[in-house]
Amino acid sequence: MQLRTQATGGPSGPGLTPKVQVTLRVNGVERRVSLRPWTTLLDALREYLDLTGTKKGCDHGQCGACTVLVDGRRIVSCLTLAVMKDGAEITTIEGLAANGELHPLQKAFISHDGFQCGYCTPGQICSAVGLIAEGHAKTADEIRELMSGNICRCGCYPNIVAAIEEVMQGARTEAAP
Amino acid sequence: MIDFDYVKARDVGDAVNQIALNPAAKFIAGGTNLIDLMKENVASPARLIDITGLPLGEIEETDAGGLLIGALVPNSDLAYDPRIAKRYPLVSSAILAGASAQLRNMASTGGNLLQRTRCLYFYDTTTPCNKREPGTGCSAIDGFNRMNAILGWSETCIAVHPSDLCVALAALEAIVHVSGTKGDRAIPFADFHRLPGDTPQIDTNLACDEIIIAIELPPEGFSSNYSYLKIRDRLSYAFALVSVAAALKIEGGAIKDARVALGGVAHKPWRVSDAEKRLVGQQPSRKTFGDCADILLQGATGFAHNSFKIELARRAIVRTLEQAAAGTPQIQSVKAII
Repeated sequence: MQLRTQATGGPSGPGLTPKVQVTLRVNGVERRVSLRPWTTLLDALREYLDLTGTKKGCDHGQCGACTVLVDGRRIVSCLTLAVMKDGAEITTIEGLAANGELHPLQKAFISHDGFQCGYCTPGQICSAVGLIAEGHAKTADEIRELMSGNICRCGCYPNIVAAIEEVMQGARTEAAP
Repeated sequence: MIDFDYVKARDVGDAVNQIALNPAAKFIAGGTNLIDLMKENVASPARLIDITGLPLGEIEETDAGGLLIGALVPNSDLAYDPRIAKRYPLVSSAILAGASAQLRNMASTGGNLLQRTRCLYFYDTTTPCNKREPGTGCSAIDGFNRMNAILGWSETCIAVHPSDLCVALAALEAIVHVSGTKGDRAIPFADFHRLPGDTPQIDTNLACDEIIIAIELPPEGFSSNYSYLKIRDRLSYAFALVSVAAALKIEGGAIKDARVALGGVAHKPWRVSDAEKRLVGQQPSRKTFGDCADILLQGATGFAHNSFKIELARRAIVRTLEQAAAGTPQIQSVKAII
């Protein structure tokens, strides 16, 4: 490998591109991390910030297990470089419950049995939060289509759609005058 | 991923100067394709130039009556923009037929044009691939080529361009505005992507010191009679086996103008002007649409695993034109094809 820059220290050895300081506002708390440019947001959350609720599935943007919200939009954190999100507001599954109470989607996933092994669930729920905020899904067909980036190997799709539908209807009822 | 360094471009001029000075660098915006290719060791840029801070995130009216889409507008913002949805619904529909909601939130308009093929062998670094490593050969020609080209391929490469958006932009005759160290230029969409020929490693006619700054949509959006139909192995979140963008202008029961572009069949969105001319002046009918399809597919040749695409494409073209003529475009969340 061709060496281009001298490291300024750190445990990963000489020759690598130096670490950079990145500030992320994660679940309302400012977190400063020092990482190399190739560290994904997913690895930053899991390996640097000990927020292991966000899951690594395929690590190629195909399964949706790593879905988090960046500045309110759902994205896959495995194809996002942490260094490019300096200053951004990140919401992970750990940040959805408020005042000791689960988020309505977390409750609905439990009441509708929207998971079996649970590995895809943090991504499913973060994705569903984004889906409801986007406001483009009105029907079960539209929920299915706009949740197609989240794969569930246990096949809990009917219950996941039911959970999201229930919360969406609740959100609409609350919004009504 | 191997070691690389990372810089932010200050403005468009800085971006093109930096890429001109460092040919081993790459621009990064949404990163949905490039980061994946870097993880697979298919791409290994020495430097990433982050262009997400450049002021290219707006959609503006043009003097001609069209729209100018900044290169950094995310795919989802483009699809749901009220002006795009009303005046260019073919663009919205094509975007919503592709990828997933998360990826559309990340991916940029300019990056969509520059995404690379998903040919299995391009991704598999243990196999020969002329696009990845020129001169090593094409593994797809005698390999698993279900997803590969039936039109415009060469002996060196049978990869297809994976974009849905580009199929719609080809049909609408969009213009790609680019900036480089030698100045700005406008590239007609048909001239932006290229066929593989003897140099399949080159996907587009964008020079290495150029950056896409905007995509211009001409005033005519064909908003009354259009459809984007995508046929794929899964009902959602899969690349096209065949896709068709159809746009018609119908007056007094006769077709006045017609555009048909195919995706998933060639190294670039596929259009044939004679096929579109065949429709002009005609009443919409299955026979006429079939004639159009035959002209579009002239010279189509498949391989061991994808010859079915020729008949699939023919039927998809006829069906998409029927949907467009009837004013009943394919709705991407409804999987029934009417």
